[in-house]
Amino acid sequence: MNAVLEQVFQVGFLAAIIRIATPLAFATLGEMFSERAGVLNLGIEGIMLLSAMTGFTTASLTGSLWLGILAAIITGALMGALHAVLTVALGLSQHVCGIGVTLFGSGLAYFFYRLVFGQQSVPPSIEGFKPVPIPILSDIPVIGPPIFNQFTLVYLAILAIPISAFLLYRTPWGLSLRMVGENPRAADSAGVSVIGMRFQAVMLGGALMGVAGAFLTMAQFNAFTFGVISGRGWVAIALVVFGRWDPWRSAGAALLFAFVDALQLRLQAAGLGHIPYEIFLMLPFVLTIVAMALMSRNAVAPSALLKPFRREER
Amino acid sequence: MSPDVPLIEMRGISKSFGAVKANQAVDLVVGRGEILGLLGENGAGKTTLMNILFGAYQPDAGEIFIEGKPTVINSSADALAAGIGMVHQHFHLAGRMSVLENLLIGIPGKNGRLDRAGALVKLAEIADRYGLKLDPDVAVSSLSIGEQQRLEIVKALYRGAKLLILDEPTAVLAPGEVEGLFAALRAMTQQGLGIIFISHKLNEVRALTHRCTVLRHGRVAGRVDRPAETATAEMARLMCGHEIVPPAKGPSVPGSAVLQLERVSTDGPGMPLRDVSLSVREGEIVGIAGVSGNGQRALADVVSGMLRPNAGQIEIGGKAVSRFTPREVQALGLGRIPEDRMTTGLVTNLPLADSMVLPRVGTEAFSRKGLLKPGAIIAFAEEQIKAYDIRCPGPMIRAGALSGGNLQKALLARELAFDPKVLIAAQPTRGLDIGAARFVHEKFLALRERRCGILVISEDLEELLTLSDRIAVMYEGRIAGMLDAADATVARLGMLMSGAEGNA
Repeated sequence: MNAVLEQVFQVGFLAAIIRIATPLAFATLGEMFSERAGVLNLGIEGIMLLSAMTGFTTASLTGSLWLGILAAIITGALMGALHAVLTVALGLSQHVCGIGVTLFGSGLAYFFYRLVFGQQSVPPSIEGFKPVPIPILSDIPVIGPPIFNQFTLVYLAILAIPISAFLLYRTPWGLSLRMVGENPRAADSAGVSVIGMRFQAVMLGGALMGVAGAFLTMAQFNAFTFGVISGRGWVAIALVVFGRWDPWRSAGAALLFAFVDALQLRLQAAGLGHIPYEIFLMLPFVLTIVAMALMSRNAVAPSALLKPFRREER
Repeated sequence: MSPDVPLIEMRGISKSFGAVKANQAVDLVVGRGEILGLLGENGAGKTTLMNILFGAYQPDAGEIFIEGKPTVINSSADALAAGIGMVHQHFHLAGRMSVLENLLIGIPGKNGRLDRAGALVKLAEIADRYGLKLDPDVAVSSLSIGEQQRLEIVKALYRGAKLLILDEPTAVLAPGEVEGLFAALRAMTQQGLGIIFISHKLNEVRALTHRCTVLRHGRVAGRVDRPAETATAEMARLMCGHEIVPPAKGPSVPGSAVLQLERVSTDGPGMPLRDVSLSVREGEIVGIAGVSGNGQRALADVVSGMLRPNAGQIEIGGKAVSRFTPREVQALGLGRIPEDRMTTGLVTNLPLADSMVLPRVGTEAFSRKGLLKPGAIIAFAEEQIKAYDIRCPGPMIRAGALSGGNLQKALLARELAFDPKVLIAAQPTRGLDIGAARFVHEKFLALRERRCGILVISEDLEELLTLSDRIAVMYEGRIAGMLDAADATVARLGMLMSGAEGNA
């Protein structure tokens, strides 16, 4: 048993958690912005996949990773705009449109990937992001290397949390965003454009989901496969509820999920031969279900979530 | 700016929705420091007119002048910028957010941040000037209705409103709170603000306003220059287009008790009942007065079988019904007009006909061997629509599409069609205009003649004084006092309602 524990908690475990948490944190913050404004975005899985593809392809064709990230951000924002046109401007069902956006995004990703790269036996790969150690901080024992010797995108994810909280709670823009998700009529009568705020929130959310997808193909795996997202988008939706629609708690939820995911990877590697590895694979998802069941009891969603806004009905 | 230029002038405003002419050539003027009463029955076009002023609709014709300048108001943002604030009947607040957050919505910050310090200073200033105090950091959902209304007023003042529109502001307030509101409004007129006060309650209009404009069928039906010196009956005539005579009430000839509560106590909802004893006799109307939230909900629920008492006895027609279900109570002859027509009254998404037979859908009249008799259901609904003059396109219309007055008529028709022995009615005329309220009152009095015992729960003391033979006052879940109609006055009832006098 001690040998197993040693293997699990070896150096790099903390780094693995942070790396796994990063795309989840981007995706969760993205979904949170959208839901805080009253729009559930079930298109997240498809948006992440399409952005993972466009980011990877752009980087592969231009040789510039940051151009790839930009492409992923634009892809995500445009897909967010598509979702917003359907659910905000036209006021259609957020569930149906979100699933539609996921199917559409996934289909587009397959199509364009094949168009650009054709059928190849070995999937093409790129030279992805490299860890950038931060001087001095990365020399701190124990926590230095895993936190301060990471990809730039990881630092950006860490920064995105307080920035999101600041935007949401301390600026008039964030107040308007929260108000259109709580009581759009109140926002409207105070002269705030409900449609405009919701578009901004869903597009910003899409952009963050785009970065989440691109992280996987440009920092973590450095290649694109059709299963690259593998449910991370759906998990982010659960993490938003688990995090009670708050940036700090949502990021905490992402870290917790990442911890269990990293743990199960180590347990698999530790070769507890008599337990099928699928059991370990399940762990993070079982945790998600249990956590959701426990937390959703006191979780209070934004009051106007799922409700389209129309100015006057007569 | 010369002082005789009015603050707001609306000239020749017309607005149609399809074939419905909501406003036709309406003129309206409000001066500085003036409170204008805007009167009219439901559907007279008051709300449309105010929505035009607040930028929600564009008029088909007519102009708006603000301090003499012609102004186009395309949105609520334009209206706010022009100094027009509106307190809607249903508040525009987010319950889970703080008072300050609700106050600052839509207001640009300082250097891109919310300006909390500046807001607190301004809030204190408003509190000082008008006596409108609010704690900035509590959640709005923890405020009383009166405080939420105060917040809506402060929101408008905070944005520099010169004109404040209040849409039936007193409908949600207790008698004591109304005085506070009026004091604040008077303080605002001292500072030169103009106020448009929309109300059905003519006594309040007479007490508060300087002038009145009365709308009927979308047109100006008349103006009243000295409301305080004008008879209520005269204003009612302008609103309805005909005289409103208080319904005639025959002498009281009560028989034996048809509804009896013996020391009944309950749990919630809201304020529980504590040791309530009460009886309603044949041919008698008993009124229940009280500020809302003093146990009225529990009383209505416990009598209609929706709530079980944990102590005491309830009898209907001499039969103990404490453990009965709502359907069993109904079968004994209890009719029920619930407080919330839309949620516990009828099913807004179903056809009106279905809602009208809902409580008796399982009886012989409307079903056989578990199958509905659609013909009988529609025939019943059509008959009642005719008898009660329910204005609607037909029995298959979605019930939720009816106006409040017509919904209430439908509910009355449903309950009265089966000759109830006991009727319990909660807030039976809330939100109804004079004509519709009068109709409800007449039906109650006719029912009384037919020896039905009626329990009327209401916050409208005038209504209780008009209808009741006896009036009980509820305070904190108890009966604080029981008065004969002859001894009851608004002042006496008000004392009991505030808990100042108790003889129970």
